[in-house]
Amino acid sequence: MISPQQEVIIDVLVDHKPGVLFTVSNLFRRRAFNISNVAIGTSEKDRVARMTLTMRGGEKEAVQLVRHLENLVDVIKAEIVDTDKAVVRELALVKLAPKPEDRLQILSFVDIYRAKIVHLSDDCMIVETSGDSDKIDAFIELSRNFGLKEVARTGITALSREQKSTESQGNDVSW
Amino acid sequence: MEMSGANALVEALRREKTQVVFGIPGGAIMPVYDVFYKMQDLPSEMRIRHVLARHEQTAAHMADGYARASGLVGVCMSTSGPGATNLVTGIATAFMDSSPVIAITGQVARPFIGKDAFQETDIIGVVTSVTKYAFQPRKAAEIPQIVKAAFRIASTRRPGPVVIDIPRDVQQEMDVVEFTDQHGARRCGALPDPDPEIVARIVDAIAKAKTPLIIAGGGVRVADASQELVALAELLMCPVATSLMGKGCIPEDHPLSIGVMGMHGSSETNRIVSSSDILLIVGSRLSDRTTGNINKFCPDSQIIHIDADKAEITKNKTPTISLVSDAKKALEAIRAGLVKCVTRKPDLNWFQKAKNDIDLDSLRKDGPYLSAVRVIRLLRKLLPRETIVTTEVGQNQMWSAVHFQSYGPRQFITSGGLGTMGFGFPAALGAKVARPEAPVVDIAGDGSFGMTENVMATSVEEQIPVTVVILNNRMLGMVAQWARMFYGRRYSAVKLGRSPCFPKLAEAYGAVGIGVQDYQELSEAVRSALKSEITTVIDVPVSPEENAAPMLAPEAGLKEVTLA
Repeated sequence: MISPQQEVIIDVLVDHKPGVLFTVSNLFRRRAFNISNVAIGTSEKDRVARMTLTMRGGEKEAVQLVRHLENLVDVIKAEIVDTDKAVVRELALVKLAPKPEDRLQILSFVDIYRAKIVHLSDDCMIVETSGDSDKIDAFIELSRNFGLKEVARTGITALSREQKSTESQGNDVSW
Repeated sequence: MEMSGANALVEALRREKTQVVFGIPGGAIMPVYDVFYKMQDLPSEMRIRHVLARHEQTAAHMADGYARASGLVGVCMSTSGPGATNLVTGIATAFMDSSPVIAITGQVARPFIGKDAFQETDIIGVVTSVTKYAFQPRKAAEIPQIVKAAFRIASTRRPGPVVIDIPRDVQQEMDVVEFTDQHGARRCGALPDPDPEIVARIVDAIAKAKTPLIIAGGGVRVADASQELVALAELLMCPVATSLMGKGCIPEDHPLSIGVMGMHGSSETNRIVSSSDILLIVGSRLSDRTTGNINKFCPDSQIIHIDADKAEITKNKTPTISLVSDAKKALEAIRAGLVKCVTRKPDLNWFQKAKNDIDLDSLRKDGPYLSAVRVIRLLRKLLPRETIVTTEVGQNQMWSAVHFQSYGPRQFITSGGLGTMGFGFPAALGAKVARPEAPVVDIAGDGSFGMTENVMATSVEEQIPVTVVILNNRMLGMVAQWARMFYGRRYSAVKLGRSPCFPKLAEAYGAVGIGVQDYQELSEAVRSALKSEITTVIDVPVSPEENAAPMLAPEAGLKEVTLA
């Protein structure tokens, strides 16, 4: 159940073609929906892309957004993700410039967070971490004590744990 | 078959049974116009008529008027850049009123796209918010499928405009082009039949109601469901109110019709709507102009909302029961269910309209001015039943909505959603092209008429005769009315003055212009206009102080006391 003013995740399958990101983002801009995150990538099907939208608002607004999305010609399907029955993840890259004496401590909290050091040089390291957004927020907070320089986050992506696949195909015409 | 993109476009239009295109040529669309030129040699049934507008906005309104009068898709055409941007007001007008219009725009050649070339505008970016879809074919071979998809998208379910933006080199290139039935557009088929379980709940709720009422919107016209609407109302013996877009879906002289509701609806109509215990709303998006303040809209009534677009169901008002369906099928199914269970003797007293018929004789001339209300009542008497009336926007529109009874769907054509001044005259031409046998009359104001007056050139040159009745108060009348009501009579930039002289302007275009001084002259002018083979412009002086009454203040509830 979704309470008001919570974050709602909406899973949207769209035709994988030029202009589709504009069409979808234009919809929530023009109808004044409050979208905090968009993650886009390919899906298991050739011509289908998956967009995961994170929206601030209540269930009523989320249902309304889904209905508007499903009016778009390029949208195959849109649905609200039941987060109790889904895997929800985000990935972040965190760049640190730690003091030499902090390096050991960083290694230990990287381990606790099951993060990974993916780049290491004399003056800088990049840590990759993934998980739900709260975990990433906490990791970033902690990093502030260790010379945090830059953060890049992918935005939330999610997949239902139920066994189903994209039943609708992408568009099989050239346009 | 090898052919150019331009040829493929015209052939695809012909296969969709397009008979007329309204437009203006220009550099980036000339390959298509060259095909039109060559079509002159073909037998007439294979030609597509082209109507040359004088401004692209009016071409779009003509296509829209054609679509609204006929139920067919209207097609308009322009070049790239300013030609395309000039179409936008027309496209947005069609979008707000769910009218199936296809706008074909030229675009700069592919290598120039994104380079800010001469007359390049990203028209897809511009129109995305006001279209159902916008295409840009990148190869001539794509054109047939795109045209087919565009027609399906524009005309099915909830109709609306579609843009096809074709780069000039795509129009010119030779390609192997195939015409198939495949179009690949989603959600263009018929909606599923109404869910029997929901229909049963609706039937049950209505059967239990004491004072049911139907609100019919533009969706009833779109679905051609007027007969089903009247049949259901007659079974229930319940009143039918309409939104502005639904006007005429029930003949307004039918005893169960209570007219147009909303901001300018009569207070009787609004009172009856407010006192109903169950509202069956069919094909209306419940705009603020229809419901008044939505939070005060029928708070104690059960609401059943039927719409082809499920996004409309909860957008403005959460209903008790909702049904996503084609209006015709829904009305049929509900009637079929009710036939079996309506046995009670309906109470008819609750909606007997207080006979507040205006005494026309009391509306005398006020100095040089005729009464706008009496002019419109007189027009109704003078015009044949099958007349198609278009309106401009503002006082002329609201006077027409309230005082010009409409007797059938597709006979009252007005820009309800966007409220586009200058719409009525070009829309009248489009309607006349669609229905040449019907008299077509644009009820206009002087402000609106001035916005698209050059349509006179098209009407004369293309021999599309319509009648324009200008209710001329030398004012932007509705703005002046708001200034009187809400801004302490501070007339900020609303006085239009004495220029131009409309009858002389009409003469300059080769149309007939008649200035009238009294009701007798008006009657004679209208009678001669109906017989004329040339567009007639009738200039009627009305008072700058006359209000379009009644009127709810913005934000007021439907039951609140009306102003003016």
